[in-house]
Amino acid sequence: MRISRMLLAGTAGLTLMLSACTTDAPDDGAPGGEDGAGPTPDAEWFDRAEYDAQLAQREITPEGSPDEPWLQAIEPEWTDTSEFVHDSPEDATVCFSNASVSNPWRVTGFITMEQQVEALQEEGRIGDFRVSDAADDDNQQISDIQAFVDSGDCDAIIISPSTTATLTPAVETACESGVPVIVFDRGVNTDCMVTFIHPIGGYAYGADAAEFLVDNLEPGSTVLALRILPGVDVLEHRWAAAQQIFGESELDVLGYEFTEGDGAKIKDLVSQHLQRGEVDGIWMDAGDGAVAALEAFEDAGRPYPVISGEDELSFMRKWDEEGLTAIAPVYSNFQWRTPVLAAAMILDGEEVPAEWVLPQEPIRQGELQEFLDRNADMPSLHYAKFGGEDLPGFPEAWTDR
Amino acid sequence: MTETPARRSAPPALPSALGRGGTATVLLILVLIFVVIATQNPSFFQGPPLMAFAKKAAPLVILAVGQYLVIVSGEFDLSVGSLVGAQVVIAARLIDGEEGMTLPVIVLMLAFGVLVGLVNGLVTTFLGVPSIITTLGMMLVLFGAVRFWTGGAPTGSLSEAFRVPGRGGIEDLPFLGQLPWAALIALALTVGAVFLMRSPFGRSLMATGDNDVAAAFSGVRVRRVRILAFVGSALMATVAAILIGGYAGVTAQVGQGLEFTAITAVVLGGVVLGGGRGTVVAAALGALTVEALFTLFNQLYLPSTIQPSVQGLIIIAAVAYAARRGDLRPPGRPRRRPDHEPEREPGTPRR
Repeated sequence: MRISRMLLAGTAGLTLMLSACTTDAPDDGAPGGEDGAGPTPDAEWFDRAEYDAQLAQREITPEGSPDEPWLQAIEPEWTDTSEFVHDSPEDATVCFSNASVSNPWRVTGFITMEQQVEALQEEGRIGDFRVSDAADDDNQQISDIQAFVDSGDCDAIIISPSTTATLTPAVETACESGVPVIVFDRGVNTDCMVTFIHPIGGYAYGADAAEFLVDNLEPGSTVLALRILPGVDVLEHRWAAAQQIFGESELDVLGYEFTEGDGAKIKDLVSQHLQRGEVDGIWMDAGDGAVAALEAFEDAGRPYPVISGEDELSFMRKWDEEGLTAIAPVYSNFQWRTPVLAAAMILDGEEVPAEWVLPQEPIRQGELQEFLDRNADMPSLHYAKFGGEDLPGFPEAWTDR
Repeated sequence: MTETPARRSAPPALPSALGRGGTATVLLILVLIFVVIATQNPSFFQGPPLMAFAKKAAPLVILAVGQYLVIVSGEFDLSVGSLVGAQVVIAARLIDGEEGMTLPVIVLMLAFGVLVGLVNGLVTTFLGVPSIITTLGMMLVLFGAVRFWTGGAPTGSLSEAFRVPGRGGIEDLPFLGQLPWAALIALALTVGAVFLMRSPFGRSLMATGDNDVAAAFSGVRVRRVRILAFVGSALMATVAAILIGGYAGVTAQVGQGLEFTAITAVVLGGVVLGGGRGTVVAAALGALTVEALFTLFNQLYLPSTIQPSVQGLIIIAAVAYAARRGDLRPPGRPRRRPDHEPEREPGTPRR
């Protein structure tokens, strides 16, 4: 009996050793040769035409006032909405099906949206505002949208889809009900909505970050990529763009790690990479936990890396305090204002862009101080480009969450 | 029952114990994993990387010791991951960067931990709700309450003083570099738990998990013992929260999934689900082994997304291994099936 157990333990150990050896083999090649970490992006997530289009859109000056970026649009094609004119917009009900408020970016955006709604209600441009939150559940969101349609109360429906393919039929159902439909943030595979509102996109975001690292690191420097999750299109596009740019550069990509945005995991993973060698640059697909990554360098007694984070304030404050070489790519949080404004415009019969591409500009060293000053009272998990400074609830609505 | 005290006493000579499961087996696995890590990354055993590992692993060791207390008494605590998340969020919101608030908030956190443990324990013992349901419910309650309270994402920030236990340590030691406070705290709590398990309370806890009816007949206050186990687990989770918050600061995802990692650690240590058998040291070693395994995966460039699958396999394999040992036990030893309660005489205490 004892022997069989020893056998079992021994076999387990042996398997461990063997699997370690076999898994080791591919690593013997060039660094960065692991699956997907190489120079060429995964074809599933890389659309060359869309990539080129987004990179070009970064250079185009958007139409509209730069003081109100949430109303700006890049190369808009205006669409007529006179069929949706509402006789008394102050009585119009606007319904919003939200995917979730499950991360700080969405929380910040939703507060901004609520404040915009209050402002519009006071102006009498919209009436009742109804919200359903699907808590990241596709099925829940499909039934939320169906419930809005069935109620017959909605004069406009705003949808922030939780996933692209699954929500497409639900959005089509909403369109068929005859009320104007507004989709924002993530897209769907239909163009039945009156307007689709989004910042330039994931490729531009990933490229802003990757280009900054390429420009600020010596050839041959090592870069570690920290990613939140696989399989989410907006995040995959960021990484695909970065792979494209790193592939054309002389930087050495050590690999990528999935972190789920968990600070403890990020710190542990970065610490382990530092034990094994130099890390000169950090590329992140979202800024969550960027400070934890930087602390790993502090605790290991190493100089700070060149880093791309996001316009989340904890990162931007750290950037300022430590004088980092850094960039904050932005996935424009002020886009949460635009859908309700679009609803008000549509109910008034104003033209809106069929695809409403909002500007998406990273925050660079030169603008760091300005954005820190503007957000001085804001909590650390707040996004600098939230764009709500002129709304009536500012700043309490965002500081007292 | 007659066998357990012997199992808990001084470990038998290593060679003869290697095959027996429990502490020695998990130690063997841990050593094996360390050897493989060393082949991948020879610098791992220089002081600072090892200390970094200890710092990272300390919270899980503490959670595993807490989980051990509950599991050995025949119950589960699935609420610890949510509790860790809730505590870190509470700390960040109430401290909000003010150094002076550090100690009062830590006291408040400990009180909140006691409260959560008491609720878990009272609901399980007095309302007769199976602990897997009680603590699953508590996990959801805490998760939702924190989301509701903060509007979905944490606010505020931790003070520097709050971060010292999880991040700091005794600096500038020769060879080691920094000796993390977290590792010392984990060691102290583990040693404390070892002595606790040798005390009358510990023996009552073990007896309760082994056979609560028999324990009740022999004078153990089963309910009280179990409630205290839940309180112990919640307190350990609170300490782990202080260390985790200190280690990496506040993120919205802190604590997620830790309950299953802690249970994985405990069963890997050979502590038998359903209670009554296993040692504190084995649970702590199980935690180190799980962390070492994740470190190894990282060294091998395996994506961290595979970790849940590996945890699942470990849980199934470890329990299957333990069950096999159970089948090979000599006949005559009473089998204890916690999920199929024996028929009772009227008036016997209920769990």
